Amino acid sequence: MSEQIQTIDNPQTSIKPPNPRFQNAKNTFKKIRKSRNAVLGGLLILFFIIVSLVGPHLVPYDYDTQDVVNKLAPPSSEHWFGTDHFGRDIFSRIIHGMGITLGTGFAAVALGATVGVLFGIISGYYGGKIDTVIMRLMDILLAFPGILLALAIVSILGGSIINVIIAVAISSIPVFARIVRGSTLSVKKLEYIDAQKALGASDSRILFKHILPNVSSPIIVQATLSIAIAIISASGLSFLGLGAQPPSPEWGAMLSAGRNYLYSAPHVALFPGLAIVAVVLAFNVLGDGLRDALDPKMKD
Amino acid sequence: MFKFIVRRIIQTIPVLIGVSILVFSMMHLVPGNPAVIMAGESAPEETVEAIEERLGLNDPLPVQYFSFLGNALQGDLGESIRSGRDVTAEISARFWVTVELAIYSTILSIFMGLIAGIIAATKRNTSIDTGVMILALFSLSMPNFWLGLMLIQWFAIGIDLPAWVPFFESTGWFAPSGWGNLDQVLLPVITLGTGGAAVIARMTRSSMLDVLDQDYIRTARAKGVKEKVVVYQHALKNALIPVITVTGLQFGGLLGGTVLTETVFAINGLGRLIIDSILARDFPVVQGTILVVALLFVFVNMLVDITYQFVNKRIDLE
Repeated sequence: MSEQIQTIDNPQTSIKPPNPRFQNAKNTFKKIRKSRNAVLGGLLILFFIIVSLVGPHLVPYDYDTQDVVNKLAPPSSEHWFGTDHFGRDIFSRIIHGMGITLGTGFAAVALGATVGVLFGIISGYYGGKIDTVIMRLMDILLAFPGILLALAIVSILGGSIINVIIAVAISSIPVFARIVRGSTLSVKKLEYIDAQKALGASDSRILFKHILPNVSSPIIVQATLSIAIAIISASGLSFLGLGAQPPSPEWGAMLSAGRNYLYSAPHVALFPGLAIVAVVLAFNVLGDGLRDALDPKMKD
Repeated sequence: MFKFIVRRIIQTIPVLIGVSILVFSMMHLVPGNPAVIMAGESAPEETVEAIEERLGLNDPLPVQYFSFLGNALQGDLGESIRSGRDVTAEISARFWVTVELAIYSTILSIFMGLIAGIIAATKRNTSIDTGVMILALFSLSMPNFWLGLMLIQWFAIGIDLPAWVPFFESTGWFAPSGWGNLDQVLLPVITLGTGGAAVIARMTRSSMLDVLDQDYIRTARAKGVKEKVVVYQHALKNALIPVITVTGLQFGGLLGGTVLTETVFAINGLGRLIIDSILARDFPVVQGTILVVALLFVFVNMLVDITYQFVNKRIDLE
């Protein structure tokens, strides 16, 4: 449709107009590149992803290699971050755990966002009873404050990293549903949607080809910020003993073990926490940058 | 206004019913027989049957739900499998500890957040603004359970700092656990309130910046009104409106956050009751506590909405 209009408007009809979708992506990327925060956060996350993939092969110790003689040793040139109560190298464990942390965050938000976006777009587009039912359901989920919903779900499913992902995903659904519903409501009133309807486009085509791309900015921003929240929630559940189980090098579980050695070996609890802060900070910086670049109207 | 309040109260009813259904379903969504899980795999059959009988697990589901709802409305949330005590008694013994913790933390986060946000907004684009906002971003990215551990480390246990570190000799200033005295209250409140303070600071800053750009502020300045009066009387009043909503949401986050904070500081509140009961598979207590916390949150949200309506007269006129 827009291709046709461009061709008519363009006096040099012999030149093939640029693919609008590609052009769109290019423009978006340009905007993002201008935001210092987005670039900084993005590069940090890229670095963390590379570390999580390559790091485990480079670190000197496996995550469960025990050096019983060197239990609770403070940081040294041999063990950069010291060792834990089994004499395991904390630095190596943190590098091994990076993949778990990033994977949990990405998986939980991918799952939660997919379901939330679906709910939101259907709710906003169809309105009426479907809208009421879906949004009341979201209200009910939102009535469980903070980590409580995830906690309730894990208590039903039992403690494991997969169940933590499911629990965190479910508790992130309502935010996406609400945001996407709001954006869908405003986009569906636009003329080009009417035009698509007049051309006889199917509902699913309108929803996923014409509305979804136009509500994607707030989704991307929210997803980035949600990953930060998901990482904190997931490590919190592991800290409580309801997520990753020992000897997993999950950072929340490592912190939980370090709790018992605050008196004798404070470094055991220090470094996993710093690692969480670093990764979460990167996602928050990226999220802030993306929001400034893509969605100046959306504020925290 | 009265109409609005009534409508808002009526709106919460379906949510409350939904919450009660969800909490009720918890026990039935558990894979396997909940009575067996609660009694333990190796428990004799009589124990399992006794639990089934006590919880009415043999009745049809709708019957079970309505008896759960009816009892809950009368303040009866069943009996703890672990201690045999009334769940209501278990909860009411700890309720105020958690509410106190959440309220103190909210007060702290409003106080710190507002000050930081106002400073950042009035010193817009200076190094002070940048510094405050970086600090806020850090606080936002810090898991509160880790912050709690670090505070215990520094201010309750004390750490051996090298002699060249100025500033202080860290010793056990505060208690590492418990609740009640000032030396026990401060660290958990800081732990729980810091994240909220960061959110409120960011909100206050952006909201203040919006307001400071408006015409009536320019008019006030042109009239020669003192800068302090402009900021604190003219701008802040309007900038606070969106902050109220965030504060309400923060209170909910804090209620959830008490679970971790109470665990770190060994505080005997609702959060720890939930965790201990989950680990012990004591479902009646888990259900009852989660129900009470959710109800509290729904109630607070309602209050926030009504306050918002009351403060924001612009909406009323429309």
